[in-house]
Amino acid sequence: MEIREAVSAGAANRRLVKRLLLITVAMFGFGFAMVPIYDVLCQITGLNGKTGGRQVAAVLPMAVDEARTVTVEFVANLNVGAPWEFAPQVSHMQVHPGQYYQTHYLARNLTGHALVGQAIPSVAPGLAAQHFQKIECFCFNRQVFQPEERREMPVVFRIDPNLPSDVHTITLSYTFFRLDDAGG
Amino acid sequence: MTTSRIAQAGGIAAGGALLAWSAVAHADFALNMTPGATSVSREIYSLHMLIFWICVVIGVAVFGVMFWSIYHHRKSRGVAPAHFHESTLIEIVWTVVPMLILIAMAVPATKVLIRMADARDAELTIKVTGYQWRWHYQYLNEDVGFFSTLSTSPAQIHNDASKGEHYLLEVDQRMVVPVGKKIRVLTTASDVIHSWWVPALAIKKDAIPGFINESWTLIDKPGVYRGQCAELCGKDHGFMPIVVEAMPEAEFRQWVAKMKASNLNTLTASGGKTL
Amino acid sequence: MNTAAAPTLDDHDHGHHAGPSPGLMRWLVTTNHKDIGTLYLLFSLTMFFIGGAFALVIRAELFQPGLQIVNPHFFNQMTTLHALVMVFGAVMPAFVGLANWLLPMMIGAPDMALPRMNNWSFWIMPFAFTLLLSTLFTSGGGPAGGWTLYPPLVLQTGDAFPFVILAVHMLGVSSIMGAINVIATILNLRAPGMTLMKMPLFVWTWLITAFLLIAVMPVLAGAVTMLLTDKYFGTSFFNAGGGGDPVLFQHVFWFFGHPEVYIMILPAFGVISQIIPTFARKPLFGYASMVYATSSIAFLSFIVWAHHMFTVGMPLAGQLFFMYATMLIAVPTGVKVFNWVSTMWRGAMTFETPMLFAIAFVILFTIGGFSGLMLAIAPADFQYQDTYFVVAHFHYVLVPGSVFSLMAAAYYWLPKWTGHMYNEQMGKIHFWLSVVGVNILFFPQHFLGLAGMPRRIPDYALQFTEFNMISTVGAFLFGFSQLLFLYNVIQTIRGGVKATDQVWEGAHGLEWTLPSPPPYHTFTTAPVVK
Repeated sequence: MEIREAVSAGAANRRLVKRLLLITVAMFGFGFAMVPIYDVLCQITGLNGKTGGRQVAAVLPMAVDEARTVTVEFVANLNVGAPWEFAPQVSHMQVHPGQYYQTHYLARNLTGHALVGQAIPSVAPGLAAQHFQKIECFCFNRQVFQPEERREMPVVFRIDPNLPSDVHTITLSYTFFRLDDAGG
Repeated sequence: MTTSRIAQAGGIAAGGALLAWSAVAHADFALNMTPGATSVSREIYSLHMLIFWICVVIGVAVFGVMFWSIYHHRKSRGVAPAHFHESTLIEIVWTVVPMLILIAMAVPATKVLIRMADARDAELTIKVTGYQWRWHYQYLNEDVGFFSTLSTSPAQIHNDASKGEHYLLEVDQRMVVPVGKKIRVLTTASDVIHSWWVPALAIKKDAIPGFINESWTLIDKPGVYRGQCAELCGKDHGFMPIVVEAMPEAEFRQWVAKMKASNLNTLTASGGKTL
Repeated sequence: MNTAAAPTLDDHDHGHHAGPSPGLMRWLVTTNHKDIGTLYLLFSLTMFFIGGAFALVIRAELFQPGLQIVNPHFFNQMTTLHALVMVFGAVMPAFVGLANWLLPMMIGAPDMALPRMNNWSFWIMPFAFTLLLSTLFTSGGGPAGGWTLYPPLVLQTGDAFPFVILAVHMLGVSSIMGAINVIATILNLRAPGMTLMKMPLFVWTWLITAFLLIAVMPVLAGAVTMLLTDKYFGTSFFNAGGGGDPVLFQHVFWFFGHPEVYIMILPAFGVISQIIPTFARKPLFGYASMVYATSSIAFLSFIVWAHHMFTVGMPLAGQLFFMYATMLIAVPTGVKVFNWVSTMWRGAMTFETPMLFAIAFVILFTIGGFSGLMLAIAPADFQYQDTYFVVAHFHYVLVPGSVFSLMAAAYYWLPKWTGHMYNEQMGKIHFWLSVVGVNILFFPQHFLGLAGMPRRIPDYALQFTEFNMISTVGAFLFGFSQLLFLYNVIQTIRGGVKATDQVWEGAHGLEWTLPSPPPYHTFTTAPVVK
């Protein structure tokens, strides 16, 4: 009697342990799944002002809203261990939603050897990020700089007229990171 | 120790703690949050005090009942235990009533939060960058930028000299701002995560490498407001204070002109101005 | 109950000896739940003193402004290791130890369901902690980036880094195995008639805790694995430069971290729910609502994590959601406190040491709950976040919360485990010194935080001096009082007044029907619960 119970308890244990291990493995996977989930959430909510490093897929023409003016501020940051000089050409622009604008950032390799870096964009306020369309941007690709090279890096952008009407100022920030070995 | 003495001691201790807590809550020395220097910081202070007093009232009621029970329902008084162990009605009551109290708290909290999120129409934008272990301030429309580093001497820190009044809360270059103007603060960092915190302005925003965060303030009276980095950022996390000096617009303009001419003016860490 | 004649489940299922193996091998190879419970509890006590010593280094440095005893880098190692040791080495293993000793005895099972796995899950831990603590002696020292391991700072850790990650993985594996064992034991080995809704509350809270553990420990494992690959294998999960995001780590970490907080408190709720009815001589008020409240807290713990991150710059909608969800936790927690007070109401109470600790738990944990509610209010949280107010808050729920419940449990069940009564007078002195010490230690930290003192700093501005001094005095009082507990436990193990089977006049439940101490194998024939 007891022996039979013991055997069936053993089988029940094995079944249960299998299920629990499955949950464990699934949750381990979930930890990694949070990475793409988070990226999608960032795209939707503008969490952290992420604009995405990618180009806008389809550049559809938009009605230009001449009546409305939005201030776009340009900010440059250098991550530690990135031996560049890096600055926007202009500190800010007055733009109309729907219209294309071009500006550029200036960067100079301060070292005597070639460097690889990439600029990471961030937009504030975060909710405006999805309405800030970059048609051309140096941030889409990694940038190779020759020794001492100084370069103008263009940004072509447009503000989506669907930008919430209470947003009057948008800040576009780039942080330059060094990508080769000693990035810090 | 007899049980009644235990109960009394417990009661006195708890009562004393509550009294001390309520007495000090209004004192003027470093016991409580300060109302601060902006309307938002005052709203947060009121919210803090409101929640605090609600907690005190609930605490006094719950602990009061408990201590009354501990005093009266002791075996040493010869009481026989009751046997009740459930009451649906009372369970519903003490689920619903706290819900209502929470809603009463959530309403003002939501209002303040919405106000804090509204950084529109600022007249001045300052980008604050955290470094291990100092801050860089850049005034976006003014071409002014500089590092701000702890100015307390190592001798004071290592107890070789007597400590000054603003020990660890003093810097070589203050972040200077005008009063009565809405100021937008963008925070970012160059190496690890820092957090820019000035209690009197009720701003605490993480400075995250690669990203910019937005907050705002509108200071109504001139003064010097001190804060510190609030996110562990390594060895000298405790040694990168923030000092904000608010002054009238005219004086601020003079300061801007002086800074532009100064050799301290570095727009970015690498001196991006020279491009 | 006659158990002697029946063939034992153990004998047939696992081929055990009737009694323990002799000597040291007994402890190395044991699969007996009582032995493993003892190992867990003693290990946890050791870690409690090691973690406590780290805390005293921290408090000693903070006694006065200026740097006196340690340098800032070592200070950061102390805060980091204090947290890791106390969370993973002291509190969690102590509750697993209680589970090992008590769950089979409470549900009428002969042992844990998976005894061999039980042995592994314990013996992984000493190795993990040896690894973790040995990093203190590596060049560059131990981990100093905080127990939350936030990148990019944690990636600046020196040689210690891979060891820390490996240790966290080992502890995770240990916890997961322990949790699987608990679930299998509770679901499969209950005595006939022991329906789920008849289980003692300690069993219920552990069942829920075990599910939390297997849900979130793997997430932590994932997070630290990503840290490891970011540092050594060129991935960019958390590196903004490669398209990652350091804030993502915080989301993943706190998805683990908040349920982890409840992993450390739910079993404490269970302990208190066993002890208060015993000394009030009255059944627990609202048993069913206690079960539902515990489940609700466990559920809510999965949707509140970002309240640890209000300052990272979340969108307004996110802040509002996490604020409301967090405030909701106050409701089931309140239900628990009200139920405990109602259990005391019109009872016939006596105040032996376990009851004193339980009452102190209810009061002081509730104070921690109040400060938790204040922290939930997002706009105010901007002022509290990363200050000593937070330090005071989580120490109130963890020390006079979890740790007091462990003290209460130790005094409550020690006579059952050892067969001897502990020294009641000394127990009461230990209680009063602890309760006074812990309040002197942590209450002033509320003031420090509100006045603007950030956490994790080795040196502070002059206006914080007085309360830091008071806090340090309390720390040493509390810390050294625990030696009394150690002495009392050792003396009780060695001998003392013989304990009766029931031990406490008002004690109910299967474990109190067994002899004190219980024989090596118990409930080899399942008791029938009416």
